[in-house]
This record gives sequence, C-alpha cells and structure tokens, in this order.
Amino acid sequence: MSSDPKAGFLALELDGDGAHPAAWRKARHAPDELLNGARIRETVLAAESAGFHAATFTDGPLPEGTQDVAGRLNALQRAAFAGPISGSIALVPEVDTVYTEPFHAATQLASLDYVAAGRGGWLVKASGDAREAAAVGRSVASEEALAHEAAASVEVGRRLWDSWEDGAVIRDIPTGRYLDVDKLHYADFETPADFPGEAYSVKGPSIIPRPLQGQLPVLAPASLVSADGPLRPAEVDAVLVSAPTPELLVDEAGSHRAAHGGSPAGAGIAVIAELDVVLDSRGQSAAARLAELDALSPWSSPRARFVGTAAQLAEFLAELLQAADGVRLHPAVLDVELEELAQLVLPELRRRGVLRPAVAGATFRGLLGLERPANRYTTARQTTLTEETA
Amino acid sequence: MSRNDPIQHSSKQHNRAKFQPSGKIQFGVFFQGVNSGTIWKTPEAGSQTDFESFRRIAQTAERGLFAAFFLGEGLRLREHLGRPHALDVAGRPDAQTMLAALASVTRNIGLVATQNTTYNDPADLAHRLASLDLLSGGRAAWNVVTTDNAWTGANFRRGGYLDHADRYVHAEAFVQTAKRIWDSWEDDAVASTVQAESWAVPGHARRVLREGQHYTVDVTPRLPRSAQYRPVLFQAGDSPDGRDFAARQADVIFSAQPKFEAAVKFREDIVARTLAAGRGANEVQIMPASEFILGATDQEAREKKEWVRSLQIGPQQAIAYLEQFWGRELSSFDPDGPLPDIDPVVETTSETRGSGFHGAKARELADQWRAEAQENGWSIRQFVSSRTARIDSTFTGSYSSVADTLAEYARVGAVDGFNISPWIIPSGLDDIVNHLVPELQERGVYPTEYAGSTLRENLGLATPVRSPELVPATAGSAR
Repeated sequence: MSSDPKAGFLALELDGDGAHPAAWRKARHAPDELLNGARIRETVLAAESAGFHAATFTDGPLPEGTQDVAGRLNALQRAAFAGPISGSIALVPEVDTVYTEPFHAATQLASLDYVAAGRGGWLVKASGDAREAAAVGRSVASEEALAHEAAASVEVGRRLWDSWEDGAVIRDIPTGRYLDVDKLHYADFETPADFPGEAYSVKGPSIIPRPLQGQLPVLAPASLVSADGPLRPAEVDAVLVSAPTPELLVDEAGSHRAAHGGSPAGAGIAVIAELDVVLDSRGQSAAARLAELDALSPWSSPRARFVGTAAQLAEFLAELLQAADGVRLHPAVLDVELEELAQLVLPELRRRGVLRPAVAGATFRGLLGLERPANRYTTARQTTLTEETA
Repeated sequence: MSRNDPIQHSSKQHNRAKFQPSGKIQFGVFFQGVNSGTIWKTPEAGSQTDFESFRRIAQTAERGLFAAFFLGEGLRLREHLGRPHALDVAGRPDAQTMLAALASVTRNIGLVATQNTTYNDPADLAHRLASLDLLSGGRAAWNVVTTDNAWTGANFRRGGYLDHADRYVHAEAFVQTAKRIWDSWEDDAVASTVQAESWAVPGHARRVLREGQHYTVDVTPRLPRSAQYRPVLFQAGDSPDGRDFAARQADVIFSAQPKFEAAVKFREDIVARTLAAGRGANEVQIMPASEFILGATDQEAREKKEWVRSLQIGPQQAIAYLEQFWGRELSSFDPDGPLPDIDPVVETTSETRGSGFHGAKARELADQWRAEAQENGWSIRQFVSSRTARIDSTFTGSYSSVADTLAEYARVGAVDGFNISPWIIPSGLDDIVNHLVPELQERGVYPTEYAGSTLRENLGLATPVRSPELVPATAGSAR
C-alpha cells in the first residue's frame, strides 16, 4: 500500500510521564500509578485516537540519585501489552543490541509483530552506559564499538526473521509433515573479522515463523548509521535525526534525506526528525510551564526543542514534514502535551493534508511505504533452481 | 461433598511440619507449541502462532477459573537426523512477549513463563519478569528450567558454557540473585501524590552485587514490588537435585507424576525435602503435567482417545521415533511391519535435539525392543504406541467419572492441581471448562470464583519474606 509521499507521519514517545525529568510532578495521576498496565493502555489508546501513527518506548536505566522517576518497565513488554488492545498505531520499542542476546532480541521482536498484528518495529539502541554493562557482567563497549554491535544484532535479527520462509508450515497430511524443512534455514551468522567485541555466532533457525511483516521495520539513530558501515543505511528502514534547534533540524533532516536517496517508497530510507515539545496549556504559556519544570529539575536533551503554541507547532511541523518523512515528538509532560496535540495540533495538520491517514489494520511497513520484502532464502533458493535448470 | 471430608483450608494454625491437604485442586493450562501431543491433522486444529489461538485458550481458561496459563521457552528448533524435525507442531512465540500481550486481555489468570537460567542474564531476566508482574497486576510467574547443552548454546553469544553437573548450582545462584533484585525496593517506595518531595523514598532501592562463577551482576534494580510482592516461582526438574532445588526455592512444582500412586509418593518425597530445607510442609505446591480426554460417557471418551492417539502417532511419527534411537533413516521400513532388523549406526544414540532423550546405549536398546515387540506380536506403530502409553499422563473418561477421580486426589492432597496440555488448539479446553469444571465444583473440590486478583492469592500462597540479608534497610551495597 502506498501513501501520499508528500504526507508525513507522527510518532509519540510514551516513556514515563514525559521527556522532562520533572514531568511526574505535573502528571494527572499519582506516581505509584505509573508502572502498570492501565497506564500503558490509557496512553497508547490516547495516542492512537489522537491520530499518531506510531508509539515508541524508551528502554534502559534511569538517572540515579535524583528526586525524579526511578522506575521503568521493559519497553518490549509495554509494546506487546498494547498490541491486542490497539488497532492502527505502530508499536516500536527500543531494544538494546550490545548487552542483549541477539537471538532473544530477534525472537521477541518477531513475537511482538504477531501480538501487534503486523504493527511491530525495532528502535535500535546501542548503549554505552556502564551500568548496563555491569548489570550483565560485561565491560562497557567503546563508543566506536557500538555501531559494530548494532550492525551485528540487526543482521542476526534479519537473518532469523527470514529463517522460516513464508509457507514453511505446510500441514501436509499425506506425508505427515507439519513443516517443509526445505523452507527452514540456518542463519549461520558470524561476527565479521573487524568486530571489536568478543566474536560470536548464531546458528538458527528462529523458533518462531517469519514475522507477519516479513521483516519488522528497523529504526536507528543517525549517529549509528554510516555509508561506510558497519551499520549501512541499506540495513535499516529509517534513521532518527537530531539537531540542536528546530531550524537546524529542518536542514539536518533535509540533508539526511538527500544523502539516503529520498523516501522509502523510492529507493531510500525514512528520515524521522526528533523534537522535544512544550506547549501552552490550560491558560499557561509554554515558556512559563517550562520555567516551572526547569526550576524543579534541570532538563538536558540532545534534541531540538519547540516551545510555543499549538498553532505555531502545527505551522512548524508542516514545514518539517516537507524535509522529513516523519517526526517523533517527545512531550515534556505526556498527560499535558498529548491533550494539546490531540485537540489542536493533529487536527490542524490533517486539515492541511500533511499527515498520512492512520489506517486500522495497516502494518508498520505499509505506513512507511515499504512493501513486504522478499525472503533472502527464498530468493537464493529460486536463483539456484533457475541456475540448475539453465 | 465427598464423605467424611476432613479437609482444613488453612495450614497457618497447624503444625508447619505436618502436611495438610487443601481439599481443592486448581487447573493450569500449558500451551506447548512444540510437541508431539498437539494434533494438527484435523480441520479444527488452529494456528500455533496466531495471537487469536492464545487469546482463545487464555480466555477459555479464565472462564473456567484456571489459576495459570503456561508457556514453554524456545531456544532452538528440535532436530531429527540433523535437520529440523518436520512431523510435529513447531514454531512458538517468545514466552514473556506473548504473556505481556495476554495480560491486556485477561484479568485474573496467572501468566507463567518458562525461562532457563543458562541463556538468560539474571539482571535482565529478573527485570523482564518484574515488568510482566507489574503489567499484569501481580499475575506473573517464572517456571525455572536449566539447559546446558552446547547444541542450544549455538544460538547464543555465551555459547554452551555450563557443565551438566553444575546446572542446579548455577540455577540456584541465579534464582537467589533474581529474588534479591525483586526484594531490593522498599515496600510502598513510590509516592502516592505528585506533591511528594521525591518520586520514590530516598534510598528506596538497594544495589545488588553478586560475583558468581559464571556471571557477575552489579545493578540498581529499576522496578518496585508488585501486588503479589514478586513473581511466583515454578520449577520443573524431576531429578533428586531438581527436587531439592525446588524444595528450597520454588512455590510450585510442575511435576511429571500425575498418576495417583506416583503422585502420592512424589508428595511425600517433596514434603520431606521441603521440611529438610527448613520450610513448612505446605509451602511447596505440586501441579503435574496432564492430558484430559473426556466424553459424555466412558465409552465415548475411550473412542476419542483412540482417535487422538492415531493422530498423535501416525506412521511417520512411529518411524521417526525409532530413527531417534537408531541414528539412521528407517523410512524404507513398513510402520505396520516388525521393528527394523538392521542395527543402529552408533553405539550411543546422539541426543535427540531438543526433545529430551539423552544418549541411550543404542544397540542394547534395539535388541531389547525387538525382543519385546516380537514377544507381543507388535508392529512398529503398535510398539511405539505402547512406549508412549507408558508415560501416559492422560485422564480418560466421562466428565463425572474423571471428576470423581480428581476429587480423590484433592481429598488426600496428592496434588494441588493439574497443568493441562490441550491436545488440540484452540478448542482443547472447551469440554473441560464446560463440563468437567462444573462437576468438580459440585463436588466442592474446585474454586467457584477467583480468590483475588494476584496469582499468589489464587494459588493460596503466602506473601514471601524478604531475603534475610536484605532486611537492614541501607541504601547502597547489599553483597
């Protein structure tokens, strides 16, 4: 299914009470009501009914020794919980590639795609956080090693997702075969010679048939992706780009799009711009709200920050969506910003025709303008057959 | 109600050293995903991977007041003669991912994930189980299993690093670490109002440090306790080491002893081991794996059983069964003829990948089996059926006669419940819930409502005591 290439999509980051560390103090629920299923249900459904195309879920340890939120549920499980109760929104958890077993990551993500009816995605994380290394008794990966780790895990994931060809479950009563073993494949992944960490291999096949989408869309921060590798643009489906200010973000998104060959509907990959958002709300200006939050806890973010009215944001997003395929919004206070976004910003963007329709039953690949991909092993087998008959 | 029912419902006021039957049984359901018991050669057999199959089984189980929904863990596809095994259902979702999804469409049923201690990291696994526990409102459980073979390890960065003999030592250290992680937060650590000075009470979490032989953990856990304090622990190993491990660490044993006499003996053994471990006689519950083939009459159930067995052990399965032990292809032999007259190709059978048989003396075994088959006049199919019948965990009969049988288990306290493997997905619990459960309720041996919202409440398990070494509340290290 192809969407209007000029129309963009919007993702919303749903972690905790919002992107600002003091967000919990302005949340419309008690702190001890944050880490439960009801909260996931409420926020995912609110984002979906507002018209967001995707929800993302940050993972990993939180800052220690602060007065702010110190708890976080596993991101992939939050996404899985939301799968059966939502209908159009893509569910994209952050999953680490450095300290997580690649086999587990791949099979968990494939499983997410099943419970989310083809709306699963993978936001690749490569953590240089020493605490994550210590938790699993590993030494921390160097900054240069992160992209290698990410590239290896993504390749394991992609091979395992293809390791069951479509139609491998045959249920053939005459021969008594449930599976067609010719359609199952060993992944036989080995880390490349220049892999900076300890070398490893993954045999395969996966334990679960090919995901509903064939391959889940893989999103990665632009900082991990480079034309000379190890994680090349062709190995991901979208890059997330950041810049220090909103103005620079438009330029940054544009230059990434030019570098990566245009939108996914062509030969390129999607460019998703990252934006922190603080809005006027209930008679209080965005600037005043931000000052109040900052007085409670300092907020340092690597992303561009938009502070203003809903109308100004709609204006800016319409411009940004000319340069990027999508924008991921990080609301300062989820409960507050989401209300404004739902009531004022998304309706205005829809009125202007700059948003793709959010379609119930559509896949995440479909949203990104990606076809269901051919299976590498099916292609290889058919090529061999052709050569044999030639 | 059965005659002279002596059952007391709480063990609290009794001697902890004396086992007191609860007089009740509970049900769990084990959606296996990979096994030879799930039939697929019939039109009613549904998908093994579609979410709707899982939703239907879980919601039917919940309608029948089942205590728990179990999932197995897949780490490597089963193989047969060096290729993936083709004849049985295979392909299953990751356990915790599926259970997190089911948490949103169920309210009361426990969600049990089988997870091994070899190819998971303690801090990561404990965190994911705690997440499932919070998402489900206190319904998560961990079925602890051990794996040690290098063949499974080929899918993992760590590889096959563990000796078979070390597996329970390792598993116990792992479980203790997980418990410390779950115990690390103060009770009611998170503020109940946004006006609070801080989100969590200062020093709310203790850092957990552990240096083990096989892993090192240094983590400040990031989740508070759940409504049931921490996930319930199931354990499934049947060896003496496995039983002692369960007696020390587990809340429930997922046993392989459903037959009455064996179940009674198993209970006695576990009670003795539990007391030896310094715990109360009732502190470890037992739920054996089982299968139910039911009908309106005993005759109808017997006929159904024959039909089920014929689909479970088709001609190809019978040949494949022998091939596991012969280590060679036997497809030229007639399944309805005598056992192969050729010898196994190896002295010791290679491990059947993922199906649990370990290196038997192949030639010796083949001789024994041929003699046995000849003596009984059995074909290959009949022989294989007799082998599988020996490990038969099936209750077959009319709803009322099976209810009578189960009521006797409850009366003497042979088990605390049964973990049922449906032989068909997704309709396999329908007759149990529609017909057997009401019969059991009439006999007063099955719950008539959920006791609470958490798995611990529904199983009647006490709230755990904080690990003693963690009792002094000091922020920082708790080595």
